[in-house]
Amino acid sequence: MKNLDKNEYFFGHKACAGCGGALAVRIALKTLGERAVAVLPAGCMSAVGFNFPQLAFANNAIISTFAGTASMLTGIVSGLRARGETGFTAVGFAGDGGTADIGIQALSGAIDRNDDILYICYDNEAYMNTGVQKSSLTPFGARTTTTPAGDRIRGNIREKKRMFEIVAAHGISYAATASVGYLRDYVEKIRKAAAVRGAKYIHVLAPCPTGWGTGADETVELAAEAVDCGLFPLREFSDGKFRVTIRRTPNAGAIRAHLARQGRFRHLTEEDIEHVISLTAARSNHL
Amino acid sequence: MSGREFLSGNDAFAIGVCLARPRVISAYPITPQTVVVERLSEMAENGSLDVDFIHVESEHSALSCAIGASAAGVRTFTATSSQGLLYMAECLPYASGGRFPIVMMNANRSIALPWNIYGDQSDSLSQLASGWIQAYAQDAQEALDLALMSFYIAEHPKVSTPYMVNLDGFHLTHTYEVVDIPDDSLADEFLPPYRTDAGIDFNAPKNMAFSAGPGHNAAFKYRQHAAMLRVRDVVTEAEARFAGIFGRRYSGLTEAYMTGDADYIIVTLGAVSGLCRDAADALRARGVKAGVLRIRYMRPFPGDEIARELRGAKAAAVLEKDISVGNAGAVFTETAGVTDTPLSNYIGGLGGEDIAEADILEIFDDLRAGRGGVRFLGIKERIDEESR
Ligand SMILES: Cc1ncc(C[n+]2csc(CCOP(=O)(O)OP(=O)(O)O)c2C)c(N)n1
Ligand code: SF4
Ligand SMILES: [Mg+2]
Repeated sequence: MKNLDKNEYFFGHKACAGCGGALAVRIALKTLGERAVAVLPAGCMSAVGFNFPQLAFANNAIISTFAGTASMLTGIVSGLRARGETGFTAVGFAGDGGTADIGIQALSGAIDRNDDILYICYDNEAYMNTGVQKSSLTPFGARTTTTPAGDRIRGNIREKKRMFEIVAAHGISYAATASVGYLRDYVEKIRKAAAVRGAKYIHVLAPCPTGWGTGADETVELAAEAVDCGLFPLREFSDGKFRVTIRRTPNAGAIRAHLARQGRFRHLTEEDIEHVISLTAARSNHL
Repeated sequence: MSGREFLSGNDAFAIGVCLARPRVISAYPITPQTVVVERLSEMAENGSLDVDFIHVESEHSALSCAIGASAAGVRTFTATSSQGLLYMAECLPYASGGRFPIVMMNANRSIALPWNIYGDQSDSLSQLASGWIQAYAQDAQEALDLALMSFYIAEHPKVSTPYMVNLDGFHLTHTYEVVDIPDDSLADEFLPPYRTDAGIDFNAPKNMAFSAGPGHNAAFKYRQHAAMLRVRDVVTEAEARFAGIFGRRYSGLTEAYMTGDADYIIVTLGAVSGLCRDAADALRARGVKAGVLRIRYMRPFPGDEIARELRGAKAAAVLEKDISVGNAGAVFTETAGVTDTPLSNYIGGLGGEDIAEADILEIFDDLRAGRGGVRFLGIKERIDEESR
């Protein structure tokens, strides 16, 4: 971490205090340096960063359509190459909704073409910018404004979409999961990705205090805890092989404690929590 | 390249694009545009065009990708039609609002439902408000020439606005005629490489395509509108330059045919114009003062030209291949806003329906008989009876 760029590239924005997404963007840009060209689709990070005349990026940065992160990255790489530019990184920062829902087609296309782009999904597990609606990366049980917790249904009834595996199934050059709770690991993965030519994908867990019902000072701790209790494994995919980068055995007590801290899970019954624990164990065995 | 060849509208257009030397093309296939992307892919493959051709997975990505390339400051082209144009619709105002001077060919085609692959103008005319310059070619030669001129106009520093060239599906895209192909070096003289300082810049980084709240939004839109209005003068400049180099002359936003003393005028656009002129000739031979006003550009809208040409006529009709359901054809609605001449509207050619010279003569008959309203060619019932 010490040899990160001293310069800041994302500041003066309007993100909430303790925003995990803003941290993920900031650290990635410090890792990539001034020749990063950032593409951000509709979502919290573009909403807080690009309010004319308050523009928060010190490097070249552009908003894409909600679905268009990957395709715009492709165009930028192609255009800059045609202009004779080398030694830059076209990097996308899209939310979980912008990635796993509306932008999945463009992302799949870019990976399929093996375009030389780095796509970072900052996963805060819901559509935060529009007021905490469910996305396909919202975890089982979470209360959102479109999966309210009542007597009949207790929040989101579906598991998180397996986005990392979907990306890997394309035979992508490099993919990884990361967490803003393990910044050193995140930075390491960004560096590795930037050194690979072709399509790269990093999926970083980025807690949102506003949507999760947690304190502004808990973000990094929560992101680390999600890894430590086994809920969010840190993995890599390269050369056609999967690897776990930080191995943690699921721990029922730690999962319970982790869920209990978050407003979005407060309504869960004992049965729901057991379900989360068994899902986590099953997925961990699979790894 | 150069010389005279027997070419379809699509082939001619592809040659025009090749002469313009775009650096990035991103496109997705759809009938009747496919020939253009196939030809350009061949040119990229055989090295006659030095371009990165990106075969994207959808039209939304085609234009999103083109916006990215244009943001990098290079000449960019895409092509689509119909369902594809609507699928990329979100990106249309995005490209124009960001002032990215992308050129797109649109092969005019009907819009589902009902499904139909044949030509009408419902697709592009539904996107008049999208902020793109819109031109309509009438033949393969004009298609090729517009391919070259479109880049000049779109990229002009006074304009910096994306440009959609429309070719009537099948009637123009798939019809063969003899076309003059400009010499490469003359094409280069007409259209120098695109240079801009508005693009991504590592020495002076930019935040692009940002948000602008209520306090700033109107100012951006006003500037965009003003740039579009400047297109009229830049078209004049481009056409004078074009005539100087290639010897072929064009007439600005409209093309008038015997309208000066005409009592009855048909206003139309695209490939059907030739037929309208033939009908006008036939009527002139019988002593009827008929004329035709061809709209070459729908954006910017040639309101002044239309008002001037229709002034003094007893009646005029707009013949167009679209219907804004529940009102009238879009071209009629806009034309009615700029003229006091009694104006009626004929909706024809929907879904590739043939328009015959007899249909045009009937329109002139209706004008002379003082019939007005909105009518569908080939449909006998009157709308007011149907809707009862
Ligand atoms: C085509 C389109 N549909 C819907 C929206 C509205 N919209 C903007 S941001 C957003 C949610 C973004 O969620 P996510 O991608 O997870 O990013 P986050 O806001 O959580 O950071 C939605 C639904 C839009 N801008 N464009
Ligand atoms: S709502 Fe959440 S994701 Fe959005 S800016 Fe605030 S903390 Fe960040
Ligand atoms: Mg989100």
